[in-house]
Amino acid sequence: MTGLQTIRIAGKALMRNKLRSFLTALGIIIGVGAVIAMVAIGDGAKAMVEKSYAAMGSNLLVVMSGTTTAGGAHGGFGSMPTLTWDDLAAIQREVPTVQYAAPQLRTTAQVITEEQNWTTSVTGTTSDYFFVRSWPTAAGATFGPSDIDGATKVVVMGQTVVDKLFGPGADVIGQMVRIRNIPFQIVGVLARKGQSPMGQDYDDGVFIPSTTYMTKIQGGLKKYLQGTIMASARSADATAKAQRQITSLLRERHSLPKGADDDFSIRNLAEMASAQQEGTKTLTTLLASIAAVSLLVGGVGIMNIMLVSVTERTREIGLRMAVGARRFDILTQFLVEALTLSIAGGIVGVALGLGIGQQLSTRFGWPLLIRPQIIVIAVGFSAVVGIGFGLYPARKASRLDPIEALRFE
Amino acid sequence: MSSDDGSIVDLAGVTKVYKLGDVEVHALRGVTLSVRKGEFVAVMGASGSGKSTLMNILGCLDKPTTGEFSLDGQAVSRLDSDGLARIRNRTLGFVFQSFNLLSRTTALENVELPLLYADVPAAERHQRAREALERVGLGERIHHHPNQMSGGQQQRVAIARALVTKPKVILADEPTGNLDSETSVEVMTLFQDLWKAGITVLLVTHEPDIAGFAGRVISMKDGRVQVDRRQEPDDARQALARAVAEREREHATEAQGQVTP
Repeated sequence: MTGLQTIRIAGKALMRNKLRSFLTALGIIIGVGAVIAMVAIGDGAKAMVEKSYAAMGSNLLVVMSGTTTAGGAHGGFGSMPTLTWDDLAAIQREVPTVQYAAPQLRTTAQVITEEQNWTTSVTGTTSDYFFVRSWPTAAGATFGPSDIDGATKVVVMGQTVVDKLFGPGADVIGQMVRIRNIPFQIVGVLARKGQSPMGQDYDDGVFIPSTTYMTKIQGGLKKYLQGTIMASARSADATAKAQRQITSLLRERHSLPKGADDDFSIRNLAEMASAQQEGTKTLTTLLASIAAVSLLVGGVGIMNIMLVSVTERTREIGLRMAVGARRFDILTQFLVEALTLSIAGGIVGVALGLGIGQQLSTRFGWPLLIRPQIIVIAVGFSAVVGIGFGLYPARKASRLDPIEALRFE
Repeated sequence: MSSDDGSIVDLAGVTKVYKLGDVEVHALRGVTLSVRKGEFVAVMGASGSGKSTLMNILGCLDKPTTGEFSLDGQAVSRLDSDGLARIRNRTLGFVFQSFNLLSRTTALENVELPLLYADVPAAERHQRAREALERVGLGERIHHHPNQMSGGQQQRVAIARALVTKPKVILADEPTGNLDSETSVEVMTLFQDLWKAGITVLLVTHEPDIAGFAGRVISMKDGRVQVDRRQEPDDARQALARAVAEREREHATEAQGQVTP
């Protein structure tokens, strides 16, 4: 018998018991659907984490001032200013793996228009900051070197602040706002960036030139940089190297002897991101494993039904043997039936899983990510389940004695 | 004994012993039998006489415990299960008492079944199955399912299935056991037609009337051949015509009885 004929015979046998075939396949449908959906959810969550870290800035390194230790009480990073403006310049100048570096001086202040006010974070920085954070403008432009040199009173707004002060979609370029009662002209509005991995709204903030920040907000130019340095490495692979290079540069500049602790700290966001991704990956594996168990249960269902089917069709088996079916023909017939159930179930399960993934991704605003190999693996696995659990009933059928089988009532 | 003398079935000292738990059952106690090509043999006997066991061995569904059995010149006793399946498929045709048609499957597909295992291409399979069904007078019902047919029609489908492979021997195990007498005779005309077409027919029955249509009657008792005689077979067509005429006469009498009070 050709393979096609065997498949057709199996299909006919399954169609004779449509409801039962469907219910049997349902076990596999649910199993495969669950695997696909769980992996899609896991991948979606992973992509969300990736996206939110990417939003913080690509290949980002955060350099913070050192700690104070007063009477045994450690003050935490940034509690003692150790970074200088010269350090920043040196990083920009001397570390080849750093593409951009910018200061981040930050405070909270009220921003006021004629009608509205909104308390938000005010960041003093340079134009490089927007490159470090890979943050384009939605309207207008960011401030440039001349604004830094001249300490001009210009401001780049985050979307949330624009929404709160002027209402969504308002054209605000050229308008005036007052920060701590000092009038600033709006030169740019940043594109919406969303939330940080910790749920903080990136768009709730305004940005002014660092020099303006120091003279108008902080009061007076200082040697020390009262904030952090944000630096971006040239590539994701270069972040670790950039971190080492900045460390050795700053240790040298701060004249730290060998063996002494750093008086600054560097946070590598790529490391944090990969740690969190590791977490989501573990979760995905866990979810998929649980789903895989349900697939296995589906396989047991197939075996159960195939055994019932072999018993029910004992006479049919006897007849087929009497008219010339070899044991191998009977074996393949039942095996193909089990395989058809499991593969058909697998394919419907993939559709179901994709549907669920689609629904969930729309609801939670995740990107829908389906790895093609997962589909192949799921359908392949269901085929293996079909063969694994179909083999025993099929062997049982093929070992029947034709005389006994024909006499079976 | 060989097939040179025109014999197609040769049994020499065939015994069959079953083990039922600790008890040994001697179903056949040495059967020596030769059937020539083109014979119509009826095998008779009470239940327990060994006739079913004999049919199973003749049908290559079972192997003798001792003794030799050759079918169409092939020593069946030495074949493995695939070899037996091949003989059943190519050389033999089976007709059963309970028809054994696949339910929810059309007559055509039922008849095609043996050809499926003979690797006959689809188009030829359909053609041959159709011809076989036409031969048994069911050309109009090829797409009917067994449950849409009478018992006689179902048995005719089964006969079509038996002859679709162009077998040399047809084995019929109580083929009229589930049919009324007129339908039985009708089915017997088919067997006589096959026989006249040169097919060897071996038929198990316990009804002497049915055995009367065969040219040779073998009676079994206690696992041995008790009687083996040749006879002039009754003509099934004539018997059918008589039966029909009688029924119609009865019918007419009944009708008259109803008209005249």
